Amino acid sequence: MSGPQALRRLDADLDRIEAEPYYEPIGSEVALFEAAWKSRVPVLLKGPTGCGKTRFVEHMAWRLARPLVTVSCHDDLTASDLVGRYLIVDNETVWMDGPLARAVRSGSLCYLDEIVEARKDTTVVIHPLADSRRILPMEKRGELLRAPDEFMLILSYNPGYQSVLKELKHSTRQRFVAIEFDYPRADLEAKIVVSESGINLHIAERLVKFAALTRNLKGGGLDEGASTRLLVHAAQLMQRGVAAHAACTAAISLALSDDPEMLAAIDELASAVF
Amino acid sequence: MTELRSLSQQELEEKLDDILCAALSSRRSAAAIAAGIAPLPRAQQDFVLAWAEVAAQNVAELGYQFTAQAPQALALLGRGGTEKWLLAALDAYDKEGLYPACAALKDLAGFKRRADAAGAGVALAEVARVLELFLRGLAGRRLQLEASDETWTDTGTIFLPERIARHSERAQNFRLYKAIAVHHWAQARYGSFNLDLAPVLAAYAVPERALAWFNLLEAIRLESQVGRGFPGLAALLAALRGELAPGLAAAQARLAHAESSVAHSVALLREFHALPLPEPFPYMGSLYPQRAAEVRGERIAKERRALYTELEQLRLALQAERPELQDGEAALEVESSFETLEFELQIDGEAVAPPEEVARLMRSIIQDFGEIPEEYLLASGPGAYAPDALAQGEDASGLAESRAEGGRLYDEWDFRRRDYRKDWCVLFESEVLPGDPAYVAGVRARYAGQIAQLRRRFEALRGEDRLARRQHEGEDIDFDALVEAYADRASGIEASERLFVQRRRIERNIAAMFMVDMSGSTKGWINACEREALVLLCEALEALGDRYAIYGFSGWTRKRCDIYRIKTFGEHYGEAVRARIAGVEPRDYTRMGVAIRHLSGILNEAEAKTRILFTLSDGKPDDFHDGYRGDYGIEDTRQALLEARQSGIHPFCVTIDEEARDYLPHMYGPASWVLIDDAGQLPLKTAEVYRRLTS
Repeated sequence: MSGPQALRRLDADLDRIEAEPYYEPIGSEVALFEAAWKSRVPVLLKGPTGCGKTRFVEHMAWRLARPLVTVSCHDDLTASDLVGRYLIVDNETVWMDGPLARAVRSGSLCYLDEIVEARKDTTVVIHPLADSRRILPMEKRGELLRAPDEFMLILSYNPGYQSVLKELKHSTRQRFVAIEFDYPRADLEAKIVVSESGINLHIAERLVKFAALTRNLKGGGLDEGASTRLLVHAAQLMQRGVAAHAACTAAISLALSDDPEMLAAIDELASAVF
Repeated sequence: MTELRSLSQQELEEKLDDILCAALSSRRSAAAIAAGIAPLPRAQQDFVLAWAEVAAQNVAELGYQFTAQAPQALALLGRGGTEKWLLAALDAYDKEGLYPACAALKDLAGFKRRADAAGAGVALAEVARVLELFLRGLAGRRLQLEASDETWTDTGTIFLPERIARHSERAQNFRLYKAIAVHHWAQARYGSFNLDLAPVLAAYAVPERALAWFNLLEAIRLESQVGRGFPGLAALLAALRGELAPGLAAAQARLAHAESSVAHSVALLREFHALPLPEPFPYMGSLYPQRAAEVRGERIAKERRALYTELEQLRLALQAERPELQDGEAALEVESSFETLEFELQIDGEAVAPPEEVARLMRSIIQDFGEIPEEYLLASGPGAYAPDALAQGEDASGLAESRAEGGRLYDEWDFRRRDYRKDWCVLFESEVLPGDPAYVAGVRARYAGQIAQLRRRFEALRGEDRLARRQHEGEDIDFDALVEAYADRASGIEASERLFVQRRRIERNIAAMFMVDMSGSTKGWINACEREALVLLCEALEALGDRYAIYGFSGWTRKRCDIYRIKTFGEHYGEAVRARIAGVEPRDYTRMGVAIRHLSGILNEAEAKTRILFTLSDGKPDDFHDGYRGDYGIEDTRQALLEARQSGIHPFCVTIDEEARDYLPHMYGPASWVLIDDAGQLPLKTAEVYRRLTS
């Protein structure tokens, strides 16, 4: 067996999710997602960073017992990066599926994270997959991949970024069922921090309180408040013996801003709850 | 509480006679000094007596001078400062003798000046932004800070000393600032003013004394309330206030439960009001319940209207979704917690997550009431839909003449009709009269450093070189493409000839329309900042190469809406444009909708892939006389922005209006506006915001 095929096998194994990823539902998103999957409609996840979009997708893939292919989009990501390309091995050409093609073939869930970052030409492959045609044109191979019923396309998108160049086009977004995410309710968020870090509930509640204070500053100097992910980071540091205040500074304050006065204010807020 | 009783003048005089006997004579008694010390709280009296003894041990005259000035010194310097002032004088005595030491004591004002200048003091101006951000985080709504001789809050603004120099370390002084801010925030947050105090106080023989006691009891209550959510802050307050006297500690125990409200403090007042007053805690200020009630009342009325409007929209949206509700009113229910400010909104039994702005509003209301009052949720509302203020039969005369003068007619959105008023506004476009030709050069000189920095940053944006792959020619070989071509050829497909990478500037292809508020409210400082912002913008944009135009807007009723040309898309940023920037001056009102429609039209004629309508403003839409003010203007502006968005324009707004949070999200939508706290930041921030918007 030549190299690339072995590679492909390895990838396919990585795609499978064995253990249940911890996820705490906020509303009806699980039912919505399942209904969309059964109806073969793609899903768009909207929401601020670090509120659990990626975890949700992992959880759903496990729930639906489908492999998951995740692509973190960046500004050099082209359509052929998604579809695949020919490689030369031992003086022979070998076709190597890109992540999207791999997902279509295996009937996986394909999650394109932060899709607005990708090159515009990716819409060429996304659009035909995201409407009723459900096909992936592979120009290079002269092949049309028809997606099996189990395949599902999922995009994520953070509408809070203030850049007009990074907005999702209507022709794209109107192909998707949208699920909106936000930070969970305080009690739920504390529960999540506890399960993710193992810290005691009392401290988790204080972290959540601190997060709420920073979220009050959104629009008043901060672009985003502390996300659930940052809280988990801080809690994990504390679990390893870092003092509460130092953990908040390292995991939360410094991640939120570079402005010294803002940092001072956030530190004061941390000392208010700890 | 007997141990807290202040010493009488008689008792003091006896003690002073003992301490200062060597400095007293038949012509010079301790009576006047005792009279000065008698009104002080017992703790301060003891402090003065203790230090008087220390001073008198050196020489009695120093003790005499010290006690004579001590009340003033305490008021001016606080205890820590007073100690230092006396120690400095004792130092002078040791080194130079009695006369310079007495002079040092007498020069109280000079000592304070020097102490302040010594650097341990912290000025409000230095820490205001940190404190403001801190309070915004705590309160979830903006609290303003203002320097004042007296410390107090009206629940919208906290008045703090201009400078704190009580302690010898800066950090300590900052802590005191923070404690003062926290204490006064807590008064609003935990409801010190949620009760009409006037009748309560009037029932006491000495209302001022009762008020002072109320203030103290509230401080004790607030500390334990704050401690529930913010142990760190409660610890700060406790550290500053020191040990509580036994009587007060008993009060604390009784006020410490979770439900204790201002009513409990009022109840305790009956027991305490007659007792001598202990020294107030260092972070406490004065109370002006009447003035606080006024500000609170205004806020309540405003938020009630705003909430009503927002909820009405949620209701309508829901009814549109579920036609079966069309006739029956959708029932609103809210469950809220005063302690956490969390709430759950249900419309017709269905939990609804309201938009962030509504949530903010509701949290603010819960702070004032402890809950969302039920009447806030009734559909009848507080008469927000006042009878149509626009005179329906208003004569159309004048419009025809206006058109003859070269005006253009625009429709305007009437949210009550849910339809446009046809040809309702007349708009005139004219050029800004040139101003001082040297103005721009002056601004450029003043901001030379910042401009250079801006230009560098913007150039970096422009020069954001990208490696263009798969080019016919270029500086380097594209190995990916080469391998692919090789592979293609090997598998019998025609190989591509695009095998090179090229460094290339990505064409930005952006056209930006800057719409500048020239309404009368910008007069003075704001106008100056706007003009400076324009200069810096132009400098930065010239470096960037985006196409841009600048227009000012103003208006005086629908018959006279004005657009002032400052720079068109085709024009070069030269002398003429510079002179026009200098000529930007405040005119009349802010009729925004029509200006947006007109400028969107111009912007849409510009060839560009991305079009941005960038508004610089100082307030909400407003116009004179014909009902534009308030909801009508906001809804019309919103409609005009929706039209712009539909035509492919990205609207964005930078404002310095503190209240903008209440209406901007509704008009511009999320992530399409920026609020700048301080007009002084406008020049630099505006360019920065534009950079971020387009990168």
